[in-house]
Amino acid sequence: MSTEAIHADHDHHHAPSGIGRWLFSTNHKDIGTMYLIFSLVMLFLGGASAMMLRAELFTPGLQILDPDTYNNLLTNHALIMVFGVVMPAAAGMANWMIPMMIGAPDMALPRLNNLSFWILPFAAIMLIISMIAPYFPGGGTPINTGWTLYPPLSVQVGMGMDFAIFTVHLLGISSILAAINIITTIVNMRAPGMTYFKLPLFVWSWLLTALLLIMIMPVLAGGVTMLLFDRHFGTAFFDAAGGGDPVLFQHLFWFFGHPEVYVLLLPSIGILGMVVPTFSRKPLFAYKPLVYSMMMLTALGMVVWAHHQYTVGMSEAVTTYFMIGTILISIPVGYMLFSFIFTMWRGAMTFETPMLFAVAIVLMFSFAGVTGVMLAVVPADLQYHDTYFVVAHFHYALIPGSLFGIYAGVFYWLPKWTGHMYNETHGKIFFWWTTISFNLTFFVQHFSGLAGMPRRIVDYSPIFAEFNMISSIGAFSFGASHLLFLYIIIKTVKGGEKASDKPWEGAQVGTPGLEWTLPSPPPFHSFTTPPAIK
Amino acid sequence: MTTTSNDDYYIPEPSRWPLIGAATVFTLLFGVVLWLNSWVAGPWIMLAGAASLAFLFKGWFGDVIKENLSGSYNGQVDSSFRQGMFWFITSEVFFFLTFFGCLYYLRNITLPYLGGEGYLATSNILWEGWTYTWPPLQLPDATNYVEAKEAMGPGGIPLWNTIILLSSGGTLTWAHWALKKDDNKQLVLGLATTILLGVIFFILQAVEYGHAYAEMDLTLESGIYGSTFYLLTGFHGFHVTVGAIMLMVILGRAMKNHFSSHNHFAFEAVAWYWHFVDVVWIGLYILVYWL
Repeated sequence: MSTEAIHADHDHHHAPSGIGRWLFSTNHKDIGTMYLIFSLVMLFLGGASAMMLRAELFTPGLQILDPDTYNNLLTNHALIMVFGVVMPAAAGMANWMIPMMIGAPDMALPRLNNLSFWILPFAAIMLIISMIAPYFPGGGTPINTGWTLYPPLSVQVGMGMDFAIFTVHLLGISSILAAINIITTIVNMRAPGMTYFKLPLFVWSWLLTALLLIMIMPVLAGGVTMLLFDRHFGTAFFDAAGGGDPVLFQHLFWFFGHPEVYVLLLPSIGILGMVVPTFSRKPLFAYKPLVYSMMMLTALGMVVWAHHQYTVGMSEAVTTYFMIGTILISIPVGYMLFSFIFTMWRGAMTFETPMLFAVAIVLMFSFAGVTGVMLAVVPADLQYHDTYFVVAHFHYALIPGSLFGIYAGVFYWLPKWTGHMYNETHGKIFFWWTTISFNLTFFVQHFSGLAGMPRRIVDYSPIFAEFNMISSIGAFSFGASHLLFLYIIIKTVKGGEKASDKPWEGAQVGTPGLEWTLPSPPPFHSFTTPPAIK
Repeated sequence: MTTTSNDDYYIPEPSRWPLIGAATVFTLLFGVVLWLNSWVAGPWIMLAGAASLAFLFKGWFGDVIKENLSGSYNGQVDSSFRQGMFWFITSEVFFFLTFFGCLYYLRNITLPYLGGEGYLATSNILWEGWTYTWPPLQLPDATNYVEAKEAMGPGGIPLWNTIILLSSGGTLTWAHWALKKDDNKQLVLGLATTILLGVIFFILQAVEYGHAYAEMDLTLESGIYGSTFYLLTGFHGFHVTVGAIMLMVILGRAMKNHFSSHNHFAFEAVAWYWHFVDVVWIGLYILVYWL
């Protein structure tokens, strides 16, 4: 990514050399690259923990993990995947793309941007400490609560929980600072003429995501702070004997946790809004209503959190409200999916890797939507609650809904980032390999869940043996497919066919963003003066 | 606000502060965990983190001030700072809303339920005969707690503190008004008065806490009333402290003539923060002390 030759006129625009370029960076592309690399490393860490869980579940009985270690790994798998993989990957893409899309030189607050990134590796270290601390003398019980950290269990476990609480604080600081930066960039740094309704959909999706982050991360931080007080200072927030309420924590957690789902989802929707028009060679169908439906999703997402808690004994009026609110969410989500389908309708479609992922997302995320509506219905949920049906539902929501969206984005923008085309055959093999093994892993979990297999449990009844064996085989295959992903990325970064400024036959139509007006790879500082918008 | 041209974008040079900042926060929190778990090294690591934090703020903000004084910033940078501060305060609003929300939930849902209301009628099963009144000085089960003798009323120190904090908002506006007229003498006077009021507030709050602990048995361990009382007032007090330190920095800069009527983002950012802390106190006074 050497760019000295292009912008040698101004010493300000040289890429600094050596390790300092990365450690002290104020450059949105370098910071974006670091986010993406961090996310890739964490993907393998979170994936490795999932592999261990699936190995344990391969057959009934206890084989390789004791129950506490299983629960500890389960907690860390979730925390790593949510906070370490999807959010940093989406933030990395926001860093790379938003300034280029809107014609800005960089993020609005470049130093703050670097702080948001550098907190993450330290948070990851603290998370790993939280996982291994219990195995040292005086460490107490491992964190066996799952990522929801519900009291009273989370008040009782060992010092690993304190590290986990502060990991959440660190991640919260990082996300809030990144969100502040992204909103400020979008509002303040748009080139003249780049009006709100000319913004590429990806920029819109991040504007709303960042708003959500500013509203929800402080709530999670407040909740875990109260947990810390209950653990060490004798307060009674989550203890009914002292007048508190463990359900209060659940409300705080899910007030964060449900909008968090949209934090994970929206950037992917934004990427779809870029990928689908390109490979359909048609402008995005109903761009403005799509933006409005994202706003509706954001607003509704804030007020439906308690559908995660139907079984804790809330009154009928409350559960009814949350049920109706949750079902209403299918309106904006359905609208988005239809927009993408109508964009494809009668388009001159081609199926390069990003488009394959996009089509798969529309199909498989719809499936998660259907099981989501099932789970939203109170009487039905009482049956499905805490079974593998829920596990299958949210993995269908999060793997196609956010991870595949990120893969689509990676393949879509790799030529822009690196200046090289990836190998299309490898990309397609990766797509089919992941998609088939993903479905193999999680589709059967719907059945084992409906048959009553509880989630978050190390051992299970032998009647579920076949389902789990299929699931584990799929999971190993899914895990292995990512070695190919890594290989494709390394190979593309190192070399390959030269990418033009506008790859894919220059098919970026509609509201594609200004990144395609720049060379591939773009210069170290994208725009030094505001570009003209037609 | 500034008159510098917007034609060229401004990007700061690479900076070592973000990396130092991340390492600092990590060290501080790592120390806190060790301290909470009674490790000898804990307080020392915490102290190192806190010292590093002070060094960080001095260095980072020092750089920003230098860049500002050398005239590197244009109007766009100024609005980025303003918008950034606005969204930061928004996130702080949600942080406090969390705690106010908890208070609402506990008072209107949890405690009435514990007292036997609602279709679950929990108390009939667990704690027969326990009735709910706010503040709940008597707990359903006080085995792990020390019940408070009385609740904190709205008169006396809290009332004085309300008057003091509201006045400090007024004196800060006085300073702002002076700044807009480029009257540096009154600016310094207004800021100094505001800081003085902030410090008095802080001292009175400490006296009140001492009184609550020593004579009323109202502590963190007196069940949900003590928990919410100290959570809300404590986090507010922490924000007052941070705000007062920021005001002191602004006072120092004002005495060095750093501000002019058209370039004083730092002053305004701190003023917004202080007014935000003011508004939180009004909420606190009404919902924690009074009702």
